[in-house]
Amino acid sequence: MTQTTPDAPVRRQRAQVKVRTLRTDRWWLTPFLTFLGLSSFLVYGVWAIIDNSIFVDPYIAPFASPCLAEVTCPEGARLFGWAPIGDWYTLSPGLLILALPGGFRLTCYYYRKSYYRSFWLSPPACAVQEPHGKYTGERRFPLIMQNVHRYFFYAAILIGLILAWDAVLALVHKPLGLGTWILIVNAILINAYTLSCHSCRHITAGRLNHFSRHPLRYRAWTFVSKLNAKHQPLAWASMFSVMGADLYVRLVAKGIIAFPYA
Amino acid sequence: MSYKAKFKVWRGEGGEGKLEDFTVEVNEGEVVLDIIHRLQATQAPDLAVRWNCKAGKCGSCSMEINGKPRLGCMTRMSTFSEDETITVTPMRTFPVIKDLVTDVSYNYQKAREVQSFTPPSSVRPGEYRMKQVDVERSQEFRKCIECFMCNNVCHVIRDHEENKTNFSGPRFLMRIAELDMHPYDVADRQDAAQEEHGLGYCNITKCCTEVCPEHIKITDNALIPMKERVVDRRYDPLVWLGNKIFRRGDNGK
Ligand code: SF4
Ligand code: SF4
Ligand code: FES
Ligand code: FES
Repeated sequence: MTQTTPDAPVRRQRAQVKVRTLRTDRWWLTPFLTFLGLSSFLVYGVWAIIDNSIFVDPYIAPFASPCLAEVTCPEGARLFGWAPIGDWYTLSPGLLILALPGGFRLTCYYYRKSYYRSFWLSPPACAVQEPHGKYTGERRFPLIMQNVHRYFFYAAILIGLILAWDAVLALVHKPLGLGTWILIVNAILINAYTLSCHSCRHITAGRLNHFSRHPLRYRAWTFVSKLNAKHQPLAWASMFSVMGADLYVRLVAKGIIAFPYA
Repeated sequence: MSYKAKFKVWRGEGGEGKLEDFTVEVNEGEVVLDIIHRLQATQAPDLAVRWNCKAGKCGSCSMEINGKPRLGCMTRMSTFSEDETITVTPMRTFPVIKDLVTDVSYNYQKAREVQSFTPPSSVRPGEYRMKQVDVERSQEFRKCIECFMCNNVCHVIRDHEENKTNFSGPRFLMRIAELDMHPYDVADRQDAAQEEHGLGYCNITKCCTEVCPEHIKITDNALIPMKERVVDRRYDPLVWLGNKIFRRGDNGK
């Protein structure tokens, strides 16, 4: 039998296991379901941008809120009656704001994990070899741009407040409407997702080394950390709630859903 | 209750080797490491395996069981069905010495490359005063038993040997986060994490967290917070401006 000394070449080799993985469980199931879930969100988003039924008093579809365009936003849909984008703009109002919530989710640490795994297969699952020959991670363009996430977080706080305001307006004008309660649940989930953000956790106090010198920020951090542990479920829940709420408002606006308390 | 289980165990020196088949007795309450020991005692006296405590605390018995990085001594046989063939291989990311024993010196090398705890020169040993809340975060990371399964599973080096030079792996990026969060550490950890230890390679896909036998939330509590600190230092124009105007250095933290 050959002797393996520390500098024998054979000792520099890993086990030459010839298969991609020896896992025997259904490791492909989670990335597959994630792929379907994220794809459905993309497909729905594209449709929601094209579709124009964004408002039925007092409900506004979340994908189109805030509604900022003079031509394409009905009177009641505008935020405080305000429509800063003049009559030159005739496209969908959702297109104007899409980049903010879209960018927030695209650069979110959890969504990054989920699409790196399910779309880019890097890696598809733990201890399953990825199909790429080279890997440089988030060190260079374009992926280094993921570091702008916190700016999207600031924007997402605003969007979250606006969705909450939309829900309040609906509650005031139609407290018994099913749509009102759908918008309320959605606003809660969206805001919980936003507050559970890793950048939020960092900003509240994660960046500090002396929690004891900042008791208020430390308490905020403790609260955000609790939410943060639920960031993945909140990401999914808020994604489906925003799709559901958006679709519901559009169906009511189109008259497809029509009952007294709709 | 005992039964005969089918095992496939990696045998060989260095990288060359193959999976060898065994049929071996399993008794109630046993773990995979017990079975490996029974193989040693009965059928394969020269089968090499590294172990020490048999209590999940020394971090020696890391191996891959049915393709998943696990501690042999903490993987109960009752989690497998009786007709299942159980495959046991050495950790894939490190060179094999013999059978299930790998050469983990990569990890010791990377550990040495992390600058040690650096207190301010004005504070003498014995003068440190810290509140519990200030050290709580790092205490989670101190639970590490150095089994190196996180470094083993991390695709950055598992699938790309060439990245080993530039990437210290989750274990040591977590060590850097621990020191960076330490109230009395003054060394520059943020640039070092990004430039020398390869934090930017991590794409936060959380396999390290999934395999950690101490259930340390490596990604959520060490790697992502460290990435955010690096953003402060290198990529956030507002923080940069704020630091210029208010001169808010690390001391204000
Ligand atoms: S989260 Fe980062 S360090 Fe951990 S296994 Fe994934 S890529 Fe490696
Ligand atoms: S962090 Fe967890 S997986 Fe990594 S070496 Fe320590 S105990 Fe093992
Ligand atoms: S929203 Fe997911 S980390 Fe910020
Ligand atoms: S033998 Fe010590 S951890 Fe398994």
